[in-house]
Amino acid sequence: MTAVAAGQEAEDRVAVASNWRLVWWRFRRHHLAMASAGLLILLYLVVLFPSFFSTQDPERTDARQAFIPVQSIHLLADGALSPWVPAIVGKRNPTTLRMEWTTDPKKRVPIRFFGAGPEWKLFGLVRTKLHLVVPADPTQRIFLLGSDRLGRDQWSRIMHGTQTSMTVGLVAVALSVILGVVLGGISGYVGGKTDQVIQRIIELLQSVPTIPIWLALSAALPRDWTPIQVFFAITVILSLVGWTTLGREVRGRFLALREEDFVLAARLAGCSRMRIILRHMVPTFVSHIIATSSLAIPVMIINETSLSFLGLGIRPPAISWGVLLQEAQNIQTLALAPWLLIPGLVVIVSVLAFNLVGDGLRDAADPYSH
Amino acid sequence: MTRYILQRLALLPLLMMVYSFVIFAIMQAPPGDFLTAYVATLASSGSSLSAEQIAAMRAQYGLDQPFFVQYLLWLQHLVHGDFGLSLEYQRPNAELIGEVLGLTLALALFSFVLTWALAIPAGIYSATHPRSIGDHLLTVINYVGVATPNFMLALVLMWVAFAYFDISITGLFSEEYAQAPWSVGKFVDLLGHIWLPALVLGIAGTARLSRIMRANLLDELNKPYVVTARAKGMKEWRLVLRYPVRLAFNPLVSTIGWYLPLLFSGSLIVATVMNLPNIGPLLLRALVNQDMYLAGGILLIYSFLTIVGTLLSDVALALIDPRIRVDR
Repeated sequence: MTAVAAGQEAEDRVAVASNWRLVWWRFRRHHLAMASAGLLILLYLVVLFPSFFSTQDPERTDARQAFIPVQSIHLLADGALSPWVPAIVGKRNPTTLRMEWTTDPKKRVPIRFFGAGPEWKLFGLVRTKLHLVVPADPTQRIFLLGSDRLGRDQWSRIMHGTQTSMTVGLVAVALSVILGVVLGGISGYVGGKTDQVIQRIIELLQSVPTIPIWLALSAALPRDWTPIQVFFAITVILSLVGWTTLGREVRGRFLALREEDFVLAARLAGCSRMRIILRHMVPTFVSHIIATSSLAIPVMIINETSLSFLGLGIRPPAISWGVLLQEAQNIQTLALAPWLLIPGLVVIVSVLAFNLVGDGLRDAADPYSH
Repeated sequence: MTRYILQRLALLPLLMMVYSFVIFAIMQAPPGDFLTAYVATLASSGSSLSAEQIAAMRAQYGLDQPFFVQYLLWLQHLVHGDFGLSLEYQRPNAELIGEVLGLTLALALFSFVLTWALAIPAGIYSATHPRSIGDHLLTVINYVGVATPNFMLALVLMWVAFAYFDISITGLFSEEYAQAPWSVGKFVDLLGHIWLPALVLGIAGTARLSRIMRANLLDELNKPYVVTARAKGMKEWRLVLRYPVRLAFNPLVSTIGWYLPLLFSGSLIVATVMNLPNIGPLLLRALVNQDMYLAGGILLIYSFLTIVGTLLSDVALALIDPRIRVDR
């Protein structure tokens, strides 16, 4: 009896639930997508506070501390909770005269969580010294993911690179969505000659050989631009092609919706054109746009990484995942310091997370998926 | 059908005109020209040119003319098949591009064939054994394959080969064949080298394609005609290959339209990382050195390949699926 009542109650809840609630319920069932969403939230926390997650200044160089291997965190020392990393010992190779570093687990460098380190500014305003992990002795440096050829700390550089790369993806997709919805919407709603012109432009852009043209455009950026200018230029370049797919989809939806009764009703009620579009038509496919754009972000990230890796995207001193991977270009160096490939691993994991969340969202947003 | 192809072909010169203008505008956009870059290089190596020499060179290359005059001059030469002279190599651009064009096409097409040869069987296996260990394994490989930038994959493979097997997998030829004229030996040597870059280039496409194949085939396998055929005692493999696979195949052909051009331009990055004698590294170098006519020529070739790739796939689609044939 109670089971039937509970079932009835659940059915009632479904019946009155809003579309967003239904989408959320369906999305929650994808465990992989949920876990990926958690990872993405963590990554965007890094985007907001990269300095908090870093252990030191990402630009601090020291040629005497080049190619230091990964110092992994150990939580327990002699059975007690006291986090440490193994110390590094250097020995000069008698034939190549190169310093070769190894970790020595017998010597321990104690570390502290939420300790004080180099000063940084929260959103450029509030001064603070709080860091996630710092060496207990502030005069010491720790390299959680090793160091590069200039002795810069890779862990801290990845944190700052995450900020750039994740933002490029997000901003480029946001621009594409705006362009796609506005132009696709106009194309589908107005129709006629306007539609023809926009459709031809889309076809032209879609048959452009993307990567070579991107390279040419980034090569055309003036050399004396500041990293911020370059960053925005790259974002615009990436979104120039990205909007076309979405523009087409939005146009298709508009063409189909234009003939619906509820649009006619709105028009007869005297709604303005803008209000019909924004208030009545757009909400019917917002969830679809969100799913599509969450699948577009990883593509943008891969493109940015590739451009920067070739030296034609984000340029040093700005740090992005692609810039970090430039350090791994030389195979001989890579054989000595394989940890320089770790930024690539970060790229793969975050792109994977975006794809899984996007797939989950797409399934959840589709009312006919089951 | 013939008419459709002719219509599309008639549009080609118009498209190329539009592209040539856009490309020329991009090439002209950076401040300064090849000579400023050239003078800077000379200055850093200690030598220098007098102002008169620079002016003379500028006039010789037509760099002192206004934008539209330069564009029209370039176009006029292009129509006659003259891609101009590379400012950096001091050789005809057509020659420089011609040397690497064959290998660029070979790599893209080889990668294309490899993609299909791997993706279709994988998709069929996944769809006929849904939720088996093999299916899950393929799903994981697919997700990782899509998420890995192909230069990253190339780097990892090169590093593993170098660090653990002490072999170099860069280039398309062994040392003894690199400069040799074409022969059967050189061709066999090429086949031995090309599959790895082709695989690197095609892995993301393979992953995507096999996922589409799996989804399409799963839809088909539940249809009544499959049950009927099975009830009549048809052998499972023959049944699957004969009917549902063919139907699941059609939507895939439409992906050639974007996939083939993607391979052409995607090979740029892989070729640069793996040091292949491809059109990509040539373009990269030309762009960095502002060797504008060479870069412009290569970009035009890319555009041409992209348009032709799209056209080929549309024709293939029309041939395979009678519903798409447009006879107006």
